[in-house]
Amino acid sequence: MPDRSTSSKVTIGLSSCGVAAGAAQVYEAFRREFDERGLSTPLRRTGCIGMCYREPLVDVDTEGLGRVTYGGVTTEQVARIVEEHIIGGKPVEEFAVRMEGKRLEDEAYYDRQVRLVLRNAGLIDPESIDEYIEAGGYQGLTKALTEMTPEEIVETMKESGLRGRGGAGFPTGVKWDLARQQPGDVKYVIVNADEGDPGAFMDRSVLEGDPHSVLEGLTIAAYAIGASEGYIYARAEYPLAVRRLKMAIADSQERGFLGDDILGSGFSFRVSVKEGAGAFVCGEETALIASIEGQRGMPRLRPPFPAAKGLWGKPTNINNVETYANVPWIITNGAAAYAAYGTETSKGTKVFALTGKIVRGGLVEVPMGITLRDVIFEVGGGIPDGRKFKAVQLGGPSGGCVPEEHIDIKIDYESVTKTGAIMGSGGMVVMDDRTCMVDIARFFLQFTQDESCGKCTFCRVGTKRMLEILDRITSGEGREGDIERLEELGKQIVSSSLCGLGQSAPNPVLTTIRYFRDEYEAHVYEKRCPALVCKPLLTYEIDPDKCIGCTLCVRACPVGAVSGERKGPHVIDTELCTKCDACRKACKFEAVIVS
Amino acid sequence: MANTAGPGGATPEQLSIVDRIVAEFSTSRGALIPMLQQVQAEIGYLPYAIMERIAERSGVPPARIFGVASFYSQFRFEPVGLHIIRVCEGTACHVQGAVDIVEAICDEFGVAEGGTTEDGKFTVEPVACLGCCSLAPVIMIDEDTFGRLTPEQARDIVRNYGTARDEGGAKA
Ligand SMILES: Cc1cc2nc3c(=O)[nH]c(=O)nc-3n(C[C@H](O)[C@H](O)[C@H](O)COP(=O)(O)O)c2cc1C
Ligand code: SF4
Ligand code: SF4
Ligand code: FES
Ligand code: FES
Repeated sequence: MPDRSTSSKVTIGLSSCGVAAGAAQVYEAFRREFDERGLSTPLRRTGCIGMCYREPLVDVDTEGLGRVTYGGVTTEQVARIVEEHIIGGKPVEEFAVRMEGKRLEDEAYYDRQVRLVLRNAGLIDPESIDEYIEAGGYQGLTKALTEMTPEEIVETMKESGLRGRGGAGFPTGVKWDLARQQPGDVKYVIVNADEGDPGAFMDRSVLEGDPHSVLEGLTIAAYAIGASEGYIYARAEYPLAVRRLKMAIADSQERGFLGDDILGSGFSFRVSVKEGAGAFVCGEETALIASIEGQRGMPRLRPPFPAAKGLWGKPTNINNVETYANVPWIITNGAAAYAAYGTETSKGTKVFALTGKIVRGGLVEVPMGITLRDVIFEVGGGIPDGRKFKAVQLGGPSGGCVPEEHIDIKIDYESVTKTGAIMGSGGMVVMDDRTCMVDIARFFLQFTQDESCGKCTFCRVGTKRMLEILDRITSGEGREGDIERLEELGKQIVSSSLCGLGQSAPNPVLTTIRYFRDEYEAHVYEKRCPALVCKPLLTYEIDPDKCIGCTLCVRACPVGAVSGERKGPHVIDTELCTKCDACRKACKFEAVIVS
Repeated sequence: MANTAGPGGATPEQLSIVDRIVAEFSTSRGALIPMLQQVQAEIGYLPYAIMERIAERSGVPPARIFGVASFYSQFRFEPVGLHIIRVCEGTACHVQGAVDIVEAICDEFGVAEGGTTEDGKFTVEPVACLGCCSLAPVIMIDEDTFGRLTPEQARDIVRNYGTARDEGGAKA
C-alpha cells in the first residue's frame, strides 16, 4: 500500500466557537496520533469553517479523494479517522458532514451560499500571510497601486454597488469620493470592528479567519482617499481577533504591503489597532472617533460628517469590517462581477450570523435578493424539534422582528426596511412558538437602555419609561393603556434622539406590537403568557390523573413546594413554588402542567 | 506592613507600575484609554488612589480621567474575584434560556449579577455575546468556554471549577 500519510492535509477550525466546542483538544489528539504513528501529515489550523452547528470541525483533504469535512468530532474519533482515512485512504463516512463527490444531507447548507467575503474563511491559516497570498491575496492591492488611479478605484467601487455593511447601507464608493475630494493632505481611514449587536459574530469571524482581507481592503481605501494613517477599532471582548490583526499588520509590513513606499508606488500607509473599552454606542461613527481620541464615546450631531471632519478634525473614512473585506475581491474581479449578484438596489452578498431556534446555525453568506424563507428553511434547515416558526429578528437591538406573513420578502435594504426591521449588520435570530415576543422586546430595550450614553433626554429617560412598562407587563402587572403608551413613547424617542441608538431603540418594541399585538394583550388583559416564558404569569400544577406518585418531583423541588403520599397524587403549593421548572423536567409521566 | 501602602492605599509597587505605564504612553495622542486599559490589566482594577496617580503623572485633569473611566463598562473600581465567570446574555443565549443559567449561577454563589463571592474566588459578570451563539447558552470561566448548558450543568460546572482549581487541583 502506498504511504498516504503525506497525501492528506488535516485542517481544524480553531476560531472562538471551535475552541469552545473542544477543537483544541481534537487538534492535540491529532498531533499525538501523528507523533505516535510517526506520520508527517500536515496539521493546520483555520478560522470559522461556517458550519458552526457542527463544531468541532475537521477537514481532511486527500490527493485523489478531495475534501472531507468531519463534524462534531470527539477526541475518541480521531484514531479511527487517522487509521481508516489518512492511512487507509477510506473516509469514515459515518462521521462526515460534507464530502467532495458525494451529496450528504448537510450539503443543503451550502447550496444557496455565495462566499465572497468568506472566500478564505475556513480554508486558509489566518496566521499565515503566505497562505493568504497563495489564495490570491494582495492581488487587489497590487492592481490598485500599479494599474489604477484613485479616481478609477472610487469609480469601480461606485459601479460595484457595494453599500456599507455596518447597518445603514450607505454606498461605499460615494463615501470614499466625499473623503477623497476633501482638501488637505492629512486624512484617516478607520475600520469599525466594534460589532455591538449582542448575538452576531460576522465581523469577529472575518477578523479571526481572514484578517488580511480587511487590512488589504483598508489599504486600498487609504490609497483611493489619500490617507496615510489608519485605525482598526476592535471590540473589547475580541482578544483573538486583536491578536491576529496585530500579527497580520506586522507580517504585511514585513512583506511591503504596508509601511513606506508600498510596492514601489510611492504610497505610504500605517495601521494601528485600538481596543474598545465596552460601550455599545462607540459603534456609532462619531462616538467611535471620540473614543479613539481618548474621550468619552458620545455621538455628536452630523453634519459635519466624518468625511469632512472626523478624527482629530481631519477628513476620515470609516467603514465596517465586512465592507472592507469585500474590497479586494471587487478590485481583483471587477465591479461587474460583484454587481452580478443581488438586486437592483442591493448588490453583492451579505454575511449573516444565523442563530436561535434553527437546525443549522452558523455563519452564512448569501446573495442579496434571496428570500428570508430560503435562508431559514433551505440554508438553515428550519426549526428544530418539530416546532413552528414564529419570527426572525434582524438588525439586533436597532432592528425588528419579521413575522411569518413577511418571510417571503427578498433580502435587500428596501424590502427589509418596509417590514419595520432593518438589514442591520447581519444578526439573524430565529424564534419559534416557545419564544415570547414581549420578553424579546423587553430584552432588547433593556440592552439599549443600559447602553444609552445619556446625552439625549428622550433616549435616556424615555427608554427607561418604556422598560418600566415592559417590566410591568411581563410580570403580570400590565395596565389598560400600556400598549398605547409604549407606542406613543416609542415614536417620541425615535423623533427626538440624536444618534442611531436612540432613533432605533424602540424598533424591537414597535415591530413586535405591530405584528404580535394579541400577545401583548394576553399579557396585559388576561395575565397570560401564551409562549409560557414570563414566569410571574405561569402556574405549576400536577394533573392528578397522570401522577402516579413516584415522588421524583418532590426530590427535584428545591423549595419543598411539592407534597403527597407515595403512590398517591401529588400537589404543588403555588405560594411556595418559584417556578423553577425542575419538577416538570423530573416527571417522567408529563403530569406537571404549566399554564 | 506599616510603610508598604502609599497615598490612599496604593502600594509602592502599584504606584511604580502606574509611573512606568504613564511614561510609556505619554507621547502618543489619544493615549488615555489604552493607558487605563494597561493599568487595569496589570493591577486588576482602578482604585481611586491609582487614578489620582495617573492624573498627577500624566497631567490629565482627574475629572477627565474619572469621566472617561466611568463611561466605559470595561473599567472596574472594585477588585475582582480570582476567577471571572462570564455569563452570556446575548440574544441567541437569551432565546435559549440564558436567564435560567444566570439565576442558577447567582443562586449557587449567593451573589447578584456583577457581584463577587465573599471568599473572593468568583466574580459573576454578565456579557453580551461571546461569539459562540451556535453553542448557546454559553458561559466562560477565565479562558474556558462551556456551551449548550442546562441550569443544572451550569451549577455543577461552577461548583466543581472552584474545588478542582483551588483545592484539589494544585496542578492547575
Ligand atoms: C448605536 C450604533 C451602533 C453601531 N454599531 C456599529 C458596529 O458595531 N459596527 C459597524 O460597522 N457599524 C456600526 N454602526 C454604524 C456606524 O455608525 C457607521 O454607519 C458604519 O461604521 C459605517 O460603515 P459602513 O458604511 O461600511 O457600513 C452603529 C451605529 C449606531 C448608531
Ligand atoms: S440617542 Fe441616546 S445614545 Fe445617541 S447620543 Fe442621544 S442619548 Fe446618546
Ligand atoms: S416548579 Fe420548581 S419550585 Fe415549583 S413545584 Fe416545581 S420544582 Fe418546586
Ligand atoms: S464554524 Fe466555528 S465559528 Fe463558525
Ligand atoms: S449570544 Fe451568547 S454567544 Fe452569542
